[in-house]
Formats: sequence, C-alpha cells, structure tokens
Amino acid sequence: MEIILLILVFLMIVSAISALIFKDLMNAVIASCVVSLIASILFYFLQAPDVAMAEAAIGAALVTGIFVIAVKRTKRFEE
Amino acid sequence: MNFLSEYIYYIGAFGLIFIGLFIVLVKKNLIKVIIGLSIVDTGINLFLITLGYIKSGTAPIFSEPGLKADNMVDPVPQALVLTAIVIGVAVLALALTLAIKLYKHYGTLDLRKIKEQKW
Amino acid sequence: MRKLIAIILLVIIAGGIVLSLKEIPFGISRTKIGDYYIKKGIEETGATNIVTSVVVSYRGFDTLGEITILFTAAIGLGAVLGTYRKRKAGEKVEPASFIVKTGCRFLFPILLLVGAYIFIHGHLTPGGGFQGGAIIASAFLLMYLGCEGKRIKENTSIVVETLGALTFIVLGIIGLTIGKDFLFNFLPKGEPNTLLSAGIIPIIYIAIGFKVGSELAGIIDHLIEKNQ
Repeated sequence: MEIILLILVFLMIVSAISALIFKDLMNAVIASCVVSLIASILFYFLQAPDVAMAEAAIGAALVTGIFVIAVKRTKRFEE
Repeated sequence: MNFLSEYIYYIGAFGLIFIGLFIVLVKKNLIKVIIGLSIVDTGINLFLITLGYIKSGTAPIFSEPGLKADNMVDPVPQALVLTAIVIGVAVLALALTLAIKLYKHYGTLDLRKIKEQKW
Repeated sequence: MRKLIAIILLVIIAGGIVLSLKEIPFGISRTKIGDYYIKKGIEETGATNIVTSVVVSYRGFDTLGEITILFTAAIGLGAVLGTYRKRKAGEKVEPASFIVKTGCRFLFPILLLVGAYIFIHGHLTPGGGFQGGAIIASAFLLMYLGCEGKRIKENTSIVVETLGALTFIVLGIIGLTIGKDFLFNFLPKGEPNTLLSAGIIPIIYIAIGFKVGSELAGIIDHLIEKNQ
C-alpha cells in the first residue's frame, strides 16, 4: 500500500514541476488538471469521499474548461 | 522507510504549496501566475484534510443500520474544505475575466511591460 | 537574480515549517467537537451522512455565505465582460468531429440524471448539492463543445437560480417566525436511512443543487459568447 502512495505523490510533484517548465500554455493547463486528479485520489485514501467527489467534479472538469476558454481568447505561448 | 510512510502526505501537500509559491513569485505571464494560484489552493486543501485523519479510521457515514460510532475520522475539516473548493473556483473565474480584459486593453500579457506603461 | 532571492526565501520558510511539523504527529485525534458531532449527529438531525449534517444543519449559516460569494463572482463576471456581439456573416466556426457530436448527444441526458441523483440523496450517501450542481454544469459544457448552435436561454437560467436562493432564505425565515432560531429544523425527522428523513436538509440541498448548476453553466455561457 505504501508503494502506491509513494508513486502517486511522486507523480503529483512531477506534474506540478512540469506546469512550471512548459512554455506552451495549453500544456501547462493540462498539467494542472493532472495535479487536481491525483489530489482527488489522495482525498479518497484519507477517508473523505465527499471531498474527493467535489475536487474531481469542480477542480478537474470546470476549472480546466474555464482555463482553456481563457487561453483561447488571449495568447497561446508564453512571451 | 518508517519516516517516509509517516510523513508522506505532509511532503506532498507542502511540495505543492512551495512549487505554487515559486510560480507566483518568478513567472512573468499572467495566466501562468493564475495557474500557480490554483496549485497553491489544491495544496492547502490537501493539508487541511491530512490534519483530520485518525489512524485506521473509516469515513463518517452510517451506511448500515448497525454501524458502531467509534473510530471515525474527523468530519469538521471535510466540511470546511468543501466550502474552500467552491470559493477557489469562484475566485479563479473572476481572475481570468480580468486577465482577458487586460489583454484586450494593453495588447500584451507580460507583467513587466504592463507596469511600465503610462495611462 | 529574482529566482535566487525566491529560492532563498522559500528555503527559509521550509526550514521553519519542518521544525514546527515535529510537534504535529500524523493520525492522532485532536479536537473534541468531532466526537460530539459523530455521537449526537443522527438523533439531533436525522441525516446519516455526518458531513452533510455539519454543512447544512450545524453550520448552515456558513453555507449561506458561500452561496453569496458564488453569486457575487457571477455578477462581477457579467459586469466586467461587456455586451453581446452578433456573429458576422462570413465567420465560420469549425464543427466538432463525428465522435464528439454523437457522444455528446448520447451522454447529455445521462449526465443530467446522475447529477440529479447525487443531490437528491445527499443526506444518505456521499455527495450533496455542490457536487451534483458541478456535474450538471459539466453536462452543459459538453453540450457547448459538441452540438453547434445550441445555447440555453438566459431567462430560464436566471429564474432557476433565483428560485433556488429564495427557497433557502424562506426556509430559514420560517424557522424565525415559529419562535426559535434561523434555519431551525421544523419538519419531522422520520426514520434514518430512508429518503424522506432529516427534516429540511434534502429540500435545502435540492435548492442548492439547482442554484449552483445553473450559476456555473451561466458563467461558462458568458465566457464563450460575450465579446465586444
């Protein structure tokens, strides 16, 4: 059980660092969506099913949708 | 190995908070800064739920009629985090519309150039 | 230069946090109010989901404040973005691919049904008004992406949102006119683990589900269409 937890937390930190590094803003938005999804799984392991459902529905679907619409109406690349 | 299995959730939550803070302090593009703000929100919610966990406890729902009430995790941080997630999405939506308006007015989203411009 | 100062600052803060986290061990119960809510939750409110009874019944006033914040954000968004623009004659929108078109037409009623199930059974299973409302808003987002040219009428969304908020406030004021506190649970509690139990908690969650769903769908509608 601990190995799964270690792998999940490692993947979450790698996705957050790649949201820092990418220059194309669409890729950075998708990396932040992956961070939200893995946080939803960690909420389930901490015995909180209400919060896991809220984070999956709001953080992974709606926030990513709003970010993609905003990036489409401004510039796509950094600089 | 024992140290790692005890503190793995703290490392995850604080790792997210520090990476998000680094993005807000260093990056120049406005939408990158707002992405960093969203990562800080997720890290703080993870830390709050970690504080309410009790070892070998179960979720606070009486799904069967005969369930005993001992050994359940704390329900109060979960109620607070539910409110905090919804408030986070409201703040993010408003910040992104202000960014869209700034782009339409100045023509660029670079924070150093916007600070130098006059009226 | 800026990166160096930021890294030094964050290392100092991290050192302070590591020193103070040694006092907070992981997995030991700390407060006594959680125990009180778990032990007395069912006989005082009648809902078997303890998190629902904390959000709606014990701390119902904070939920009213949260609904106000969502409402303020939606109004601010509509005020900042500006007025409508009619689409010009020669402007083409690229239609979605075949899979997205068929899939969205098939999935849209199923998503509405799942969202309604989640906020109706909020006091028995994990879920509730906010989660169900977010799923309904995702169904409308899928409809904007897949089918072309369909939009929700603005008057319908305004009426549904206002009715949801009014139901919440009227239920609270009825509690005041009886002679007890605001948001007092005046309907009979019934048997736990059945659908019609826990007083006014399912009615409040249905109102919150409708309100949050139509509000988030309205935010997405503003962002896609309002243009100057």
